[in-house]
Amino acid sequence: MQSKPNPAQRAASATDPKPLAPALHIRDLSVYYGRQKALEAVSMDIYQGQVTAIIGPSGCGKSTFIKTLNRIVELEADIRVEGTVAFLGQNIFARRINLNRLRRQIGMVFQKPNPFPMSIYDNVAYGVRVAGRCSKSELDAIVESALGDAALWDEVKDKLNKSALGLSGGQQQRLCIARALAVKPRVLLLDEPCSSLDPIATMKIEQLLHSLQEVLTIVIVTHNMQQASRISDYTAFFSTDEAQIGRMIEFSPTKQLFVAPSQTQTRDYVEGRFG
Amino acid sequence: MTQIPSNSAADDFKAGVLADLMRPLPWNRTGFNAAMGAIAFGLTGLALLPLLAILIEILRQGAAHLSWEVFVALPAPAGLEDQPNGFANAILGTLIMVGVACLISIPLGVMTGIFVSELGQGGTATSERSKGFASLVRFIATVLSGVPSIIVGVFAYAIVVRTMGGFSALAGGVALAVIMLPIVVLTTEAALKLVPNAHRLASAALGANRLQTTLRIVITVALPGITTGILLAIARAAGETAPLLFTALFSLNWPEGLLSPAPSLSVLIYNYANSPFEEQNQLAWTAALVLLGMVFLTSLLSRLVTHRRLLP
Repeated sequence: MQSKPNPAQRAASATDPKPLAPALHIRDLSVYYGRQKALEAVSMDIYQGQVTAIIGPSGCGKSTFIKTLNRIVELEADIRVEGTVAFLGQNIFARRINLNRLRRQIGMVFQKPNPFPMSIYDNVAYGVRVAGRCSKSELDAIVESALGDAALWDEVKDKLNKSALGLSGGQQQRLCIARALAVKPRVLLLDEPCSSLDPIATMKIEQLLHSLQEVLTIVIVTHNMQQASRISDYTAFFSTDEAQIGRMIEFSPTKQLFVAPSQTQTRDYVEGRFG
Repeated sequence: MTQIPSNSAADDFKAGVLADLMRPLPWNRTGFNAAMGAIAFGLTGLALLPLLAILIEILRQGAAHLSWEVFVALPAPAGLEDQPNGFANAILGTLIMVGVACLISIPLGVMTGIFVSELGQGGTATSERSKGFASLVRFIATVLSGVPSIIVGVFAYAIVVRTMGGFSALAGGVALAVIMLPIVVLTTEAALKLVPNAHRLASAALGANRLQTTLRIVITVALPGITTGILLAIARAAGETAPLLFTALFSLNWPEGLLSPAPSLSVLIYNYANSPFEEQNQLAWTAALVLLGMVFLTSLLSRLVTHRRLLP
């Protein structure tokens, strides 16, 4: 199988070799859970204004990797990190880093939609409210534009005060994206955002990500290779060795990775012979 | 047979499947199922029996003398027939002392529960030392919940009555607070632990700090559970007699502030149930009914309040 990126849509960015500014500059990043090494020596750049997809078989550390980029992984488990991740030149593991500010700049959408059990409005307003005081009219405007950006406004504008748990799975996930957009992040990390959604909801989210890339840097983990080839400009392929240590095998423009991968492991994976 | 062999084979197969679908369960499984069902029902009935017996007896005996008078009048001296006889002072005393106990134990207990659940666990953000301290606190709370209430009474006697020089409503409130504290701590912790970690992560990913996450998300989600714990504690405290016997003592008059001895429903029931006078025995039943009703109403009210807050 060869999934062809839509040429009209992608040719400009994916084949253009002109140097792009990296939003995240990752060098020799290793992550350990206790003694177990989960990820070894990942080095790659996440370019500004581009969609970067992370693909690979289950357990290859792609989820750990993306959760390390905003240090949310530290809330889930006792982990140890080596190497650096520079966000706009600043190492995010530096002692002086304010984690709350970091996570506001580098937002995240999780695998399972996880809206708070409150109203739709309060869900979107949450991040803005915790950031500090904000007038009601400003907040209204932010909520409306975030829901608009997430292509959800028309569906929920009449029930903003209803519980977010009444929405369908796809709507909940777009609400989570709206919630993340409301705090105006520079980078948006998505950890398999469509894995629990049906194809129509998935398509809506893909269209949404495409429209967002103008203003955002997007990193998306997916185990769906067609999805990676459809929506991303760059793709990184992760895999594990026998010792269950995740490594980045290849990182290239998406078209190149799918059409002419440089590594045999990548070729086997994208051609469906492994994984 | 005029049919094609393959067709007849398919028919046989279908008939076989249908026969299999209709096959009754073996008799021993049916029998075992019925027996286990009967045992489960029987034991449930047995467990409900004392509870229902108490409820019915209190309703039957207590309702007979339930009147407006018992809510407004003071206890009449024993033996006097035509005086209004009630226990309004004891109702007020119980409310005051449970109120004092709530003021002490709810903030303290809920905050301790938050500490044990939220700060005593998690990733690298929590130090080993605070984890160890949290499990120590949890252990102490568990031990405290098993301490006999009479001991709690002696404790409150020693630290409040002795130091302040007399029996008081305050001492009773402190004793009840000690009874309530471990219940509030442990149920709060359990309620917070039930909040999915996905909510905490989502909140952190939006730039909320730990305090904001805990106050705005975790507690909001856990509120019904925390409320249930507080209600359990209130119900338990309202019915306690032993800790009040030598802290708040008792009185046949209206409570006179926090620093004097105060009457309470539970001690009134205790005194009147032992009384040689028939009308006092009867009033003890009525007081039991009123106490039960108060606990029931508190529970109902808080359920309604939390229910409405959760469904916007």
